[in-house]
Amino acid sequence: MKKYLLLLLLLELTWTLNAQIDPTLLRRVPKDTSRPQMNLDAVYNRPFLQLGKLPVALGGYAEANYQYLQEDGVTDGHQFQMRRLTLFVSSSIASRIKFLSEIEFEDGTKEINIEFASVDFEFNPLLNLRGGVVMNPIGAFNQNHDGPKWEFVDRPISATQMLPATFSNVGFGIYGKKFSKDWAFAYEAYLTNGFDESIIANTENKTFLPAVKENPDRFEESFNGSPLLTGKIAVRNNKIGELGMSYMGGVYNKYKEDGLTLDKKRRLNVFAIDFNSTVPESNTYINGEWAWVHVDVPDTYTEQFGEKQQGGFVDFVQPVLKRSMLGFEDAVLNAALRLEYVDWNKGKFQSTGSNISDDVFSIVPAISWRPTAQTVIRFNYRYNWQKDILGNPPAKLAGFQFGFSTYF
Amino acid sequence: MKKIFVFILLFIFLISCSKLLPGAPDDDEILDGPVEGLTAEQHAIFLKGDIAFNDEVFIPQTGLGPLFVATSCGSCHAGDGKGHPFTTLTRFGQSDTVNGNLFLNLGGPQLQNRAIPGYLNEHIPLGATFSKFTPPANTGLGFIDAIPDAAILALADPNDINGDGISGRPNWIIPKLYSTLRPNSISQNGKYIGRFGKKASTYDLLQQTATAYNQDIGITSFYEPTDTYTGQDIDPEVTNQTVLDVVFYLKTLKTPVQRNQNNADITGGKQVFINTGCAKCHTLQFTSGPSPIAALSNKTFFPYTDLLLHDMGSALNDDYTEGTALPQEWRTPPLWGLGLSKNSQGGQYFLLHDGRAKSIEEAILLHGGEGTQSRNNFQQLTESDKAKLIKFLESL
Repeated sequence: MKKYLLLLLLLELTWTLNAQIDPTLLRRVPKDTSRPQMNLDAVYNRPFLQLGKLPVALGGYAEANYQYLQEDGVTDGHQFQMRRLTLFVSSSIASRIKFLSEIEFEDGTKEINIEFASVDFEFNPLLNLRGGVVMNPIGAFNQNHDGPKWEFVDRPISATQMLPATFSNVGFGIYGKKFSKDWAFAYEAYLTNGFDESIIANTENKTFLPAVKENPDRFEESFNGSPLLTGKIAVRNNKIGELGMSYMGGVYNKYKEDGLTLDKKRRLNVFAIDFNSTVPESNTYINGEWAWVHVDVPDTYTEQFGEKQQGGFVDFVQPVLKRSMLGFEDAVLNAALRLEYVDWNKGKFQSTGSNISDDVFSIVPAISWRPTAQTVIRFNYRYNWQKDILGNPPAKLAGFQFGFSTYF
Repeated sequence: MKKIFVFILLFIFLISCSKLLPGAPDDDEILDGPVEGLTAEQHAIFLKGDIAFNDEVFIPQTGLGPLFVATSCGSCHAGDGKGHPFTTLTRFGQSDTVNGNLFLNLGGPQLQNRAIPGYLNEHIPLGATFSKFTPPANTGLGFIDAIPDAAILALADPNDINGDGISGRPNWIIPKLYSTLRPNSISQNGKYIGRFGKKASTYDLLQQTATAYNQDIGITSFYEPTDTYTGQDIDPEVTNQTVLDVVFYLKTLKTPVQRNQNNADITGGKQVFINTGCAKCHTLQFTSGPSPIAALSNKTFFPYTDLLLHDMGSALNDDYTEGTALPQEWRTPPLWGLGLSKNSQGGQYFLLHDGRAKSIEEAILLHGGEGTQSRNNFQQLTESDKAKLIKFLESL
């Protein structure tokens, strides 16, 4: 008898709940994601779905693509890739306390990362405290990396293979922003866990900052107990654009263990400058970033792992058609071009005094179509010239990429 | 009409697609790639060796060092070509053929000039003589390995009986216990003919590979288990299978393909090469003996070496030696692939055993000892014949 009563109760509850679901309560909070406000805002400048007045919003994006690349006559053939699926959850804990998390699945489930999971306390627009897994604000791409915001299938080489985007760590910091008419000023500063020795001991055979992301313990403990400082200042003029300057630095090696000295403290310093603007006459969007890396590599180690690196990219995006297309009211067709360069080892050979190469130059013309601001379908052609450390004739890689990226 | 237009556009697009993809370089423009005639199974082993040789980078966690010269095989042999001074090897401690290496307890015979973080690298001990060795090209090594001993001995003339001023002789060495003697090997007082290395002090490609892992990268193996830092035998840091895959890869790399061999200047240059006496040591042609790898068996090839030791004069005497070679004696280096050396040496030549010659002409002019007559002959050539000779050498 009890069972029947319980069943009836459950049926009644289900009926009631069904009756309460009102699709109009599912509100999409649309954002124009094709043009960021400031890079600092990118983490919250995303479309979310909100259920009624619940203080929780959900969102995410997915991107998949096809590519056919060939290097010096050798190809892996036709490749279909699910590059990433990212889920966001944000909630307002109180009027000036909010939480956002971003979980990313890359290449299927090959990599699952918490890219961002922090609580923000707003004391004043110019003074916010952020703690948790934070995105180190080095350059602009690391802050503003969502696939649907970009017209290119690949992320910039300099941002992902020289700088370690996307790069986040556990830590605390402050940030703030101030407006004045057409001007906006923003700053961020964080102390987080940092790098480890894998940046100069990795199978890439070059100084490779992203190697640190392979360390599964980095969200649990600092490799050497020394915090990594990351700071950025940015200024924006609505008529000119945004300019950001950032720094990231700290000790990367384990210089002491169990109280015993193993080595001297070896630092890593990264400076980056980023800029974005829209040319008013042509509506051409220009976005670029350049960074310099300096790593204190032991003199007795190998020149294979360079002390200095530099590189960056510049994107030009030109809307060529803005009108209703295939039933999409505000569709945009863009022509775009990315130029990128990375020198992974800037220096000279001790043995000959000649320049060390180990660099790549890439050109990526693209066509992108945005049926809505939150969705992009893109067709890219890529051509890379990659030189080895000795500067031998470059390996040439080229190919076609086609894919989509969309918020959901 | 519209459909035809779309079809034509699509056709043009597809054609331009293939033009927009970088094609493979011509076979005569690169040194890497397998010899023709391998089976599918052998191709698979070749690929495994290729990955181990060119892609496997050692780090401290996988055994690198603590003392080392390079982090991977490919670091020293870009594109399977000659190396750059960046990874030149320095050997020290043996200045004669009688007393052996007196500095084995001080890090000899090879200097590991690099160390992983937290360790100190080696330095040449006071009083030790040394020589620098530029990494050689790997090309065609399997064919050199398959030359019958008798064919090498047939070229030897240690007492210069024919009176041509050239007295090549083999470096008689004791093979490592793990090396397998070749069929029909010829021995002399329990020693066998070395054929690899600048001094021909290495018997076969297994010794070459296992020693390079150990001395160049600091990787111990079943074959060479001694850690270069502690001097103690330790667990293998590379598997036997990987070592053997690399040996197979090296054995089955193709021979270089000569470029423009029918060009009049190049055929003329080849004749000048023969006339000046260069070919007396840089023997044009060999035929391999039977090999378990069918693609290497009984093949005629053109390495431009006799694999013998020759006195190259005092200018090339570094007061360091290996095996029974005298300090001024060097194995005739193969010249095949010479013209492609710049493509693996960063755009310029680093020739002779230590890379001191920055051009082919400079290398010729640094020949002394048994090479003196040929050098003098070269100097007396007309500019036109010199140019032809250089052009021929660059075509190899």
